[in-house]
Amino acid sequence: MHDNTLALTARALRAGDYSSLELTKHCLERIGRFDGTLNAFVSVTAEHALEQAAEADRRIAAGNATPLTGIPIAHKDIFCTAGIRTSCGSRMLDNFIAPYDATVVERLGAAGAVMLGKTNMDEFAMGSSNETSYYGAVLNPWDHDAVPGGSSGGSAAAVAARLVPGATGTDTGGSIRQPAALSGITGLKPTYGRVSRYGMIAFASSLDQAGTLTQTAEDAALLLEAMAGFDSRDSTSLDEPVPAYSKALDEPWADLTIGVPENFFDEGLDAGNAAAVNEALGELEKLGARRKSIRLDNVHLSVPAYYVVAPAEASSNLSRFDGVRYGYRSPEAMGDDLNGFYRRNRGEGFGAEVRRRILIGAWVLSTGYYDAYYLKAQKVRQLISNDFAKAFEAVDIVAGPTTPTPAFGLGQKTGDPVQMYLNDIYTIGANLAGLPAMSVPCGFSGGLPVGLQLIGPHLSEARLLRTAHRFQQASDWHARVPAGYG
Amino acid sequence: MSLNTKDIDKLCELARLAILPDEIADVSAKLSDIVALVDQLQSADTDGVPPMAHPLDRSQRLRADVVTEADERELFQENAPLVERGLYLVPKVID
Repeated sequence: MHDNTLALTARALRAGDYSSLELTKHCLERIGRFDGTLNAFVSVTAEHALEQAAEADRRIAAGNATPLTGIPIAHKDIFCTAGIRTSCGSRMLDNFIAPYDATVVERLGAAGAVMLGKTNMDEFAMGSSNETSYYGAVLNPWDHDAVPGGSSGGSAAAVAARLVPGATGTDTGGSIRQPAALSGITGLKPTYGRVSRYGMIAFASSLDQAGTLTQTAEDAALLLEAMAGFDSRDSTSLDEPVPAYSKALDEPWADLTIGVPENFFDEGLDAGNAAAVNEALGELEKLGARRKSIRLDNVHLSVPAYYVVAPAEASSNLSRFDGVRYGYRSPEAMGDDLNGFYRRNRGEGFGAEVRRRILIGAWVLSTGYYDAYYLKAQKVRQLISNDFAKAFEAVDIVAGPTTPTPAFGLGQKTGDPVQMYLNDIYTIGANLAGLPAMSVPCGFSGGLPVGLQLIGPHLSEARLLRTAHRFQQASDWHARVPAGYG
Repeated sequence: MSLNTKDIDKLCELARLAILPDEIADVSAKLSDIVALVDQLQSADTDGVPPMAHPLDRSQRLRADVVTEADERELFQENAPLVERGLYLVPKVID
């Protein structure tokens, strides 16, 4: 039962093929069997899950279930969960028990989803390999010597290994799409503001967005329609109606035009990835889409712009972690003066990558550099956004690779931050412009999964999901399971 | 441009971050690599381009200025490293 999609699981639960309690116990058993190796979970909340599952079974029996009632899910450990540790992958929050639920957690809980646990992630979502976590790296289920991608690496590995049918993630520069691509699953980053950020620990507030990691686009649609929507507690939440995404999957796509950025297929792209992505684009053409070559002229500046804007916002957001009200306090800090106390708590509580980003953020915002870096980056961000807007005058969707290469080896890039950052070269543009984007499994390179990226105009999630769903009905890449996890 | 150890000291002070003396050289080298990356921005022609304020070109929503949160001090202080009589304890600030 663990290899069913979320949609099939929902049908099986409704049909009474098995109960949520049976399924939940089975998933927990698999986590116990496999997660000692994979390290996808920071916390497994078995007791809580069994209670939720029993309640879901009562709700199904009473006939007032939603499609998600009784479905096991996992939350990235960046979402606050009331009474349950919420670590954000950091020593800083190793002992933090969230006093309230994030809106995403609350909404999925209200729909009847069963939380199995909290997934591992790069510390404060800063990383592309899941190696910056205080709790250690997550292994890629396809190759235990490779990374699963990051920062939502635990969620990606858990879904890929069929430990759970769906998981939440967050995407600031590619943190859902890149691990989805590297782990052979479907990842969706909605439009900026589509899903509430309330209770989602902030990294870069003008870029952060919550989304889904699932086997299929249909599953992503089911989760998104429960997660999305206006929330007065997030000042950037969009007050826009939420379409019934799962009902719109089979609508016809009259004259869908797909724009393919030539400059996404440059020398930096692995040949195997390029071949798989091109084949997938050919498949979409066979299904009736038109392919049009486009250029996104400023996209090569997206990584530099991002590494000014995101650290600037991070240095501000992470100033709240001072060891006074919550979080890590060094055993020796009370002997310091107040300044030394802050510095020691933060120096010991944050890992190396988080410290680097805080320092870069402080630098680009400091006197003498603000105009040259921060303001310049926000102007370049506008140029990148303009490029997409211009492209969408002629095409309905932009499509290309999600990542330049398949999953890389553990430890291969940890010594060189800039090489690590360049993993996100194709994904960051959508964050800078606030656009919805997906990664869909589309083949293999060297035995490792490859992702096809689809990017749409603001609030076009239904179009992206429909395109991905159509592709998945004509292909079976999303149904491949890593050896040993079937 | 690159960041030398004096720059790193200054930034650590601004960001309230302690870095061990034997880490400074590595931090300085890696930050200089990142600065070289972001320096590529200088090649862009941004004359007349406004800095982006919001990706969807919307403005911040304001709410009515009324108290909506309940007092949950005790619950929140369960996460505090050190409290006494409802107060958060820090090193002595005033002599």
